[in-house]
Parts: sequence; structure tokens; C-alpha cells
Amino acid sequence: MANASAYRGTGFDFSNYARNSFLEKKGVPLPKATSTGTTIVGCIFKDGVVLGADTRATEGDIVADKNCEKIHYITENIRCCGAGTAADTEFTTAMISSNMELHSLSTGRIPRVVTAMTMLKQYLFRYQGHVGAALVLGGVDSTGSHLFTIAPHGSADKLPYVTMGSGSLAAMAVFESGWKPNMDRQEALNLVVAAVSAGIFNDLGSGSNVDTCVITKDHTEMLRNYRKPNERVQKENTYKFRRGTTAWTKEKIRELVVDETVVPLPHPVSAGGDAMDTS
Amino acid sequence: MQVDIQHLKKGEVNLGTSIMAVQFDGGVVIGADSRTTMGSYIANRVTDKLTHIHDRIYCCRSGSAADTQAIADIVHYYSQMYNQQYGERPSVHSVATLFQRMCYGNKDQLSAGIIVAGWDSEVGPSVYNIPLGGGLFRQPWAIGGSGSTYVYGYCDATYRDGWGRDETVNFVKNTLALAMSRDGSSGGVIRMCVITKDGVERLFVPGNELPKFWEGKEVIGNVSKAEVLPDPMAIEV
Repeated sequence: MANASAYRGTGFDFSNYARNSFLEKKGVPLPKATSTGTTIVGCIFKDGVVLGADTRATEGDIVADKNCEKIHYITENIRCCGAGTAADTEFTTAMISSNMELHSLSTGRIPRVVTAMTMLKQYLFRYQGHVGAALVLGGVDSTGSHLFTIAPHGSADKLPYVTMGSGSLAAMAVFESGWKPNMDRQEALNLVVAAVSAGIFNDLGSGSNVDTCVITKDHTEMLRNYRKPNERVQKENTYKFRRGTTAWTKEKIRELVVDETVVPLPHPVSAGGDAMDTS
Repeated sequence: MQVDIQHLKKGEVNLGTSIMAVQFDGGVVIGADSRTTMGSYIANRVTDKLTHIHDRIYCCRSGSAADTQAIADIVHYYSQMYNQQYGERPSVHSVATLFQRMCYGNKDQLSAGIIVAGWDSEVGPSVYNIPLGGGLFRQPWAIGGSGSTYVYGYCDATYRDGWGRDETVNFVKNTLALAMSRDGSSGGVIRMCVITKDGVERLFVPGNELPKFWEGKEVIGNVSKAEVLPDPMAIEV
């Protein structure tokens, strides 16, 4: 009979799963993941795509990062905004970005947005929603401008304007009332800023600054912190106490830096005894 | 094992749907509403649930958006490979069988109700229904999705053999409009496809031009016409 712990079989070790469900039954809560309670948006315009995102990352009700980056690089002509579990959006986009680079090296062509979309949706579907990444994917390729949303379970939608994350309802309300076909660059940029701002100001999970990214046929412009509507301002008053505010009854000053004088010991020879023969 | 459509994974994108396919002499008409929901939020109001599988074969998707997209993508791939290997288009029956195998073999993990329809040189137009458990049924007409339960009676009472193209298109349009008006998870616009030997024609009915039926009238007590009704928005002074 084989010893239970002598050899380990191949494949993933699920033994921690049993431990975790045991602990959960005992009432120990699972650790919380850093989530990007987020507003991310995308919008197609006359000659390209504009993506937008807020910059708040949360851990439960605590703001973990006040100025994080949610617009991820996929290729030079494709970018992807991420909402949901921060680690999952970070690593899925990084992995797909790597695979897209290899793909474009092997085909010798500028990669297409549908390729990235298919790779992302197949990866997310494989993990049945356990990889908690809700994405907005946009870019320009030889077939034109494209914009997709990809939900954590692996379903994709293709639309002219999209929103995702906890602030998606506020942002979609702005798009539904303000979007029109064939906008120019500045109109689209303004609409995206308005949509993300709606998320920042009306959704607790979103906040801080607006990041945008404009992708056109032969140029991609990443506009980090395009708007900063929540900058810390100078306090109206200073709350420092004036010198001498507090009265005292006695004063004692203690010297904390101790002065030392080093006295060298007398040489052993002069102290008598035989000197060692060092020749 | 019980398959339960209510038991969708948490936060799953759902196609609470009305879908339909009807065969007629020269081809098939397929149709669907355009609503995709995440809980009570409409994630997409202009969804295209009529998915291209091959030149003359389409499918209507209902259930989980992720599951049905994944299955349709795989069957689309197999259909292309079939065409390359055998130098001819796959039959609707072959494609429906592929769908059925995926739905039956993974029934515990899927929530997908699919209708496959199209035209092939073997049998002409045909419609196959693959409901939740992974069965495969050839039918002259098929309806599916959450909205379909409201219109079985209408379809039974209305459908006739030997219709032409236009009558069939109207039947699909009317049935879907009725289903969409009663089912909260269905709505938006109607998308339809007419698949014949010669090609695929797409039809579109905007949400404000849906066929209208009896929509009821206000039931108010004995209010005489002379009496002025209070303005609900007026402010009392």
C-alpha cells in the first residue's frame, strides 16, 4: 500500500479547498480581495475608439489606492479597461497582452481586436466566472474600430458605447442621453469624461480621477489623469498650536547625546611580563 | 440530476429570452427579441441572438449568454472544418446533432436552450429544437426562452401548414411581440432572418414599431365625462 504522503500525484492539489470550506463552516470569513468597484466605459467615434476609467481601488469599504491605472495595454492598437477583482484584471490582461504580442510576431500582422476578444472570452469561460474580470475592450485594426464588453463568465457584447463595473448604471445614463453616431474626437472624449464623472460622483465604489485613452488608425494616446476633479486643497485653517500655548510648572532638560572619551589601555609590554616572540 | 434554469451562477449574464423558428415551403424564418439581462439590469438592449453558424444555418440562443456563445463558437468552428474536409456544406441535421452532443454531454454545467434552423440540399428547410436537458427534436415550428411559455397557445391556435414567406414572417413577428409584451425578461426590438436556398435576408422591427394588440383600457368607476379629473401633478396651494 502506498504511503499517503510519500508521493504526490500530478495535477492541482485541492486539499486546501476542504480546509477553506471547513473554516468557513466554523465562521471564519474568507479574506477579501482588492476589487476595483469601478466605472469603466468605452465609446466609438468617427475615426476610432475612446476608453475611460476612474482611478479608485477598494478593499471592502476602504479605498486601497486613490490613483490606480485601470486601462491596460494589450497591443499598441488595442487597450482594455478592467473592473472586478483587481488581481484578476491585472493578470488576465497581462497574459493576453503577452499572447497577442507572440501572435502578431508569428503572423507578421497588426493584431485584430476580435482576436483579443476571443482569447479573453475563452479564458474567462474556462474558469466559469471564478476569474472575476469584467472588461471593456477597444481598439482599431485593419477591419475598423471595435468595442466589446466581456463579462466574468465569458460572454461578449459588441456595441457602439459600453459601460462596466459598479458605476456602469450612472455612466450608461449619460451615454443613453448624450451619445450620437459619428462624433468627432473631442465630442467623444467629452462624453466619456462625463460618463466616468457620473460614476465617480454617484457611485461609492468609484472615485478620484478620470483616465482616458484615444485609439485611432495610426496613433494611440493614453491620457493618464485627464481630469482630476478631486484634488486635495489647502486647508482653510491651520490646526497647529502656537508656541507657548501650554503652561508648565517645572523645566528639566536631559542631555540625550552622551559624550564619551576613549582612554586607550596601557601597552601590555609596559605593564611587565614577557613579550611574545613574533619573529 | 435535475437541471434548473433558475440556478444560474451568481452574476451570470442571462438571455431571458423570446426566440422562435418556423419552417415554410421555401425556407425558414427565425426570430428573437434583443434583451440581455444581468439581474434586473439590461446589459444589452440591441443584442443579436440570431447567431451565424454556416452559410445557410443559424441558431437562436437562450439561457446563459456565456454558455450559448461558447457552444455556438465551437459548433461554428466544427462546421467550417466540415466544409473544408468534405467540400460541401454540413446539413442542418449534422449541425443540430453537434449542438445536441455538446448540450447533452455537459448538461450539468450548462444552461442553454438552442433552436437550430436552416436550409440544406438534403431536406430543404428544417427546424431543430434543443431544450435544456439536451434532447433533439425536429419540429415544423419551435419557440424557446422564458417568453415562449406565454405564447404556446397562440402558436397552436394560429400555425397552419403551407404558408408562404410573408405569412410566416408575420406569424413570427406577431408571436414575438406578444411574448415580449408579457415577459419582463424579453423586450427591445425584433430581429428576424429568412433563410432560403438563395441566401439569408435580415429583417429588423424597431421597438416603437412592434405589432400592437389589445392593451386594455383604464378601469375607472362611474366617472361622468363632464367631471374634471384631478391633475396628479398639480400642487395644492
